[in-house]
Amino acid sequence: MEKMARVTTALGGNALTGRTMFCHLDAPANAISVCRDAAQVVVAGRNIFKIYSIEEDQFVEKLNLRVGRKPSLNFSCADVVWHQMDENLLATAATNGVVVTWNLGKPSRNKQDQLFTEHKRTVNKVCFHPTEVYMLLSGSQDGYMKCFDLRKKDSVSTFSGQSESVRDVQFSIRDYFTFAATFENGNVQLWDIRRPDRYERMFTAHNGPVFCCDWHPEDRGWLATGGRDKMVKVWDMNTTRAKEIYCVQTIASVARVKWRPECKHHIATCSMMVDHNIYVWDVRRPFIPSAMFEEHKDVTTGIVWRHLHDPYFLLSGSKDSTLYQHIFKDASQPIDRANPEGLCYSLYGDLAFAAKESLISSDSNRKPYIGDRRHPIFFKRKLDPTEQFEYISSSSTLSVFETDVESGSMDWFVHTAKQYALAGRPLAELCDHNAKVAKGLDRNQVAQTWTMLRIIYSSLSTVSSANLNHSMGKGSTALPLMNSFNLKDIPSGLGSESRLDRSKGESRTENILMDSSSTLINNEDNEETEGSDVPADYLLGDVEADEDDLYMMDHENPHAEEQEYSLPQEAFPLRHEIVDNPSALDHLQDKADSPHVSGNEAETVSLTPVESFSLISISHSLYENRLPSDFFNPIVRDTLLFYAEQGDVQTAVSVLIVLGDRIRKEIDEQTQEHWYTSYIDLLQRFQLWNISNEVIKLSTCRAINCLNQASTTLHVNCSNCKRPMSNRGWICDRCRQCASMCAVCHHVVKGLFVWCQGCSHGGHLQHIMKWLETSSHCPAGCGHLCEYT
Amino acid sequence: MRVSRPGPQHQELGIRIPRPLGHGPSRFIPEKETIQVGNEDAMMHTLFADSFATLGRLDNVTLVMVFHPQYLESFLKTQHYLLQMDGPLPLHYRHYIGIMAAARHQCSYLVNLHVNDFLHVGGDPKWLNGLENAPQKLQNLGELNKMLAHRPWLITKEHIEQLLKTEENSWSLAELIHAVVLLTHYHSLASFTFGCGISPEIDCEGGHTFRPPSVSNYCICDITNGYHGVDEIHASPTGSIPSTESVCEVEALMEKMKQLQECRDEEEASQEEMATRFEREKRESMFVCSSEDEESAPTRDVSRHFEDTSYGYKDFSRHGMHVPTFRAQDYSWEDHGYSLVNRLYPDVGQLLDEKFHIAYNLTYNTMAMHKDVDTSMLRRAIWNYIHCMFGIRYDDYDYGEINQLLDRSFKVYIKTVVCTPEKTTKRMYDSFWRQFEHSEKVHVNLLLVEARMQAELLYALRAITRYMT
Repeated sequence: MEKMARVTTALGGNALTGRTMFCHLDAPANAISVCRDAAQVVVAGRNIFKIYSIEEDQFVEKLNLRVGRKPSLNFSCADVVWHQMDENLLATAATNGVVVTWNLGKPSRNKQDQLFTEHKRTVNKVCFHPTEVYMLLSGSQDGYMKCFDLRKKDSVSTFSGQSESVRDVQFSIRDYFTFAATFENGNVQLWDIRRPDRYERMFTAHNGPVFCCDWHPEDRGWLATGGRDKMVKVWDMNTTRAKEIYCVQTIASVARVKWRPECKHHIATCSMMVDHNIYVWDVRRPFIPSAMFEEHKDVTTGIVWRHLHDPYFLLSGSKDSTLYQHIFKDASQPIDRANPEGLCYSLYGDLAFAAKESLISSDSNRKPYIGDRRHPIFFKRKLDPTEQFEYISSSSTLSVFETDVESGSMDWFVHTAKQYALAGRPLAELCDHNAKVAKGLDRNQVAQTWTMLRIIYSSLSTVSSANLNHSMGKGSTALPLMNSFNLKDIPSGLGSESRLDRSKGESRTENILMDSSSTLINNEDNEETEGSDVPADYLLGDVEADEDDLYMMDHENPHAEEQEYSLPQEAFPLRHEIVDNPSALDHLQDKADSPHVSGNEAETVSLTPVESFSLISISHSLYENRLPSDFFNPIVRDTLLFYAEQGDVQTAVSVLIVLGDRIRKEIDEQTQEHWYTSYIDLLQRFQLWNISNEVIKLSTCRAINCLNQASTTLHVNCSNCKRPMSNRGWICDRCRQCASMCAVCHHVVKGLFVWCQGCSHGGHLQHIMKWLETSSHCPAGCGHLCEYT
Repeated sequence: MRVSRPGPQHQELGIRIPRPLGHGPSRFIPEKETIQVGNEDAMMHTLFADSFATLGRLDNVTLVMVFHPQYLESFLKTQHYLLQMDGPLPLHYRHYIGIMAAARHQCSYLVNLHVNDFLHVGGDPKWLNGLENAPQKLQNLGELNKMLAHRPWLITKEHIEQLLKTEENSWSLAELIHAVVLLTHYHSLASFTFGCGISPEIDCEGGHTFRPPSVSNYCICDITNGYHGVDEIHASPTGSIPSTESVCEVEALMEKMKQLQECRDEEEASQEEMATRFEREKRESMFVCSSEDEESAPTRDVSRHFEDTSYGYKDFSRHGMHVPTFRAQDYSWEDHGYSLVNRLYPDVGQLLDEKFHIAYNLTYNTMAMHKDVDTSMLRRAIWNYIHCMFGIRYDDYDYGEINQLLDRSFKVYIKTVVCTPEKTTKRMYDSFWRQFEHSEKVHVNLLLVEARMQAELLYALRAITRYMT
């Protein structure tokens, strides 16, 4: 109610009260206008022409001006305006080109007063003179503006814009004789009402039609215009050349603009298409509307401030057949919902953080950001150049936090990206290659993943038939990877025991598999298992050997351990069985980052990565013939999810590409797309264009694939005159020569042009290829020995 | 473009040398009256060069349109953008959609051209065996294509919804807009092709013959396109026999325009009268049927690209089917259509806007042999007549003017070209506006093309807008 109080003072005792409310109209509205006393509003449209009185909490229909048995097109209004001097006087612009005035004082039911049928086309706008009672101005599609004296039957003067249809006309509020007109071709003209022969001034305001304009109620020189180009512009007309002083970019073409009373910089807009909201902008802050009314369900066609001196009540009509009164305090303020803090990571792990100045205590040890990331400074500050907005208190602070050079290094990323092989070879080779790459960069976990993938998806090719008969010793050594499994390190007794175990395990595989779900559950329960407890379990497991869920899960920790610290090889080689259960693989990944794994387990664990691979491969080979690789898909999926979650989207995407259809169906499109975009973004920020392109090309996501199809234009210069060839790639406009002739067939090359960088002769890719198969000299006969690789 | 005379050694080798069949780019316009390559002015030359560079050929459409270089420039730019430049649809889709659209009007000329292009950009030849061999996504577009071509007023937001609803073969809004623009472009271009009697390209079916030149150049495909060799003998070549009657025709038309200009203020028709006039024009337009309503069998090659041949232009209000009149003031290209297209398919709105603008405002201020004539009234009548056939009404237009300005044979021509272009014959082309230049008749065709395209677009875009709100 404080606002109401303020309203009262503004109006000098004539308080406006009310709430946000609406009423249904029978038909879509095209325009609305208010009476001077702010108590009544007129709504006009193709099939509606009514006056409503604005009560405390509702609209009440007062008068229907659409009378007659068969309403004529004269009632089909494109615009309506209520005289601000005389409350009985209204004017409408009809779609058939007629300008009609209405006198509410008439005693008859039909209030139609005068009919001006001078325009040949639809009249887009009518406007009363702000102080002169009898003066009416109209602007029409036929390109003319006409000024009518209501005491006469015909127009007093006609203004020819000479430039297409008139979209809006507005009398200046302060200059008695001046009016502005906006045109479909983007022009705005200023006219003196006394001089119909020529406009005073003309300038191009918008690209495309200017739909509307509004003079500032206080500042005599300001004119706001809105156009189809989605811009609202404020022009200062005091200078000799109209100067654009503010510009607001909206999201849709601007249908109406209306300055907010009593608020110098506020302006309300609504749009012609697509966007149904009404925005109130502070023109000094053009990126975010200061208020927003979201009630309408279809485009808003008319907005008007209820009272000339009241900034809190806005009325609007819409195509959705409703009339609304909006109260400012009910407006949604996007600024409240906007995030006032900005946070962004740089490529090298630096973190920039921007926030309101008041939120950040001014710390004396901050230094101005100098942009040198090698400087190990942790807290820096730079003033945002937004001081000009002080009055809106939007000044903010930017802080940059740097990580130290070592930990922020992303070299591994670049190297990996460059060295990974993603396609073009059999899956097994790709995996091996990538594993090697990862290993070379000391990323053992990733290397392991690749190896496992190889085993899961291409083991058939590597498992010899010997493996299939479950002959342990032979089978395992037959695997290439087994070569690295150093049996000598294992005490023979234990070794044989393990074999035994495995064969037992093997015979029970079915059983174990069925248990795998329960394994999972148990595993979760066991999350809290302290490191110190583990060895006991291990022992137990080892001894009993033929056990069971518990047994198997306990071995995940060792694995996790081993991934994080590369451990010596001694002791405990007996874990092979655990991986018999495929779900163990899963846990292996899940556990890799489990925080409670403590260092003291190190003694109990002694598997080197190499060993664990081979163990896995053994066990896998054992029942390879029973499990399709599909079986592992959920595990692999979880692996990828895990990597992506860790921020290593590189691994996720690379695996995704390498596995292709094998795994694609498992992961939903959107996630994949997300990974791809992140990875491509990273690659591009590291300027690894070729690799990012390869990734795009190899991706199976439609949305990603088509990235390559956008902006594919290549600009070339003419080889003769060295000027850019604007039109076509093979003929120069300037020197009229075909720029790229094929040295073999002497025709113009329109598609792929390949040329020798030594002698700069070239031609069609195919031709050159064929030519150089048989000859080593340049086809142009220049004697150069060209090479084609 | 020219085919060299076959040397005797070729004949000995048994190589068959194709010979051009038609006489110039259009069957309706004598070759000597078209603009010859080599005689063009600088602007036309640039356009030729551009067109040749983009399409790899100087097609007959270009050769006829070059009567109006200003328009041609905009046309080529738009077409190039739609087919080659950045856009939501893959290249082969674009050509395939072009084929679908042209095939609706059995326009073998455009179909052949685009079959070549389609294969050239790597399209799957299997698709060409018929729509049912194309991906489901394109098949889904078939219904919209059909309606757009013949009864655009039936398109509702449900149709749009159907295409956009999320499933495997769904369209995105941007893709749909691209497709709609392509469809309308090719529907109307088919109108132009038939309206101007564009001859087949030499490398396309029907564009060449292997027979020695001495044999009659009578060809089966000319018949299917409604052109009889006999016509040429009987129909008087335009302008060669200036009958007094046809001279009067131009004068009378100008007189009427003048009258209308002057007396429009005096005699003010009532609103009911205006509404009736629109309805009457709308109704009459459906009785305007070509008298020579012979069934033209589409060539087998074309018919396989579309299904449901029986679906054609149906007039409004026939069979009691009432469709509410589309009010131009409530949904116009300038205010609404443009914004929507430009939003979803950037730059195309601008290109189309320019093209519509040029077509609507194009004038040389001449009428036949008369100079300095304001033809805006006549152009507006033609434009609004076409929109009237599609049920689009302008509140600020007196449809009585159409009756005054457009005589029956002209209306027959317009109606045929716009609604059932495949039925256009040389006789129709010759029988309207006998006194006028060929370039003026081509100008009329440009108006038809653009007005039709805009009408179709308006209906489609309105449905999309409704879907979006």
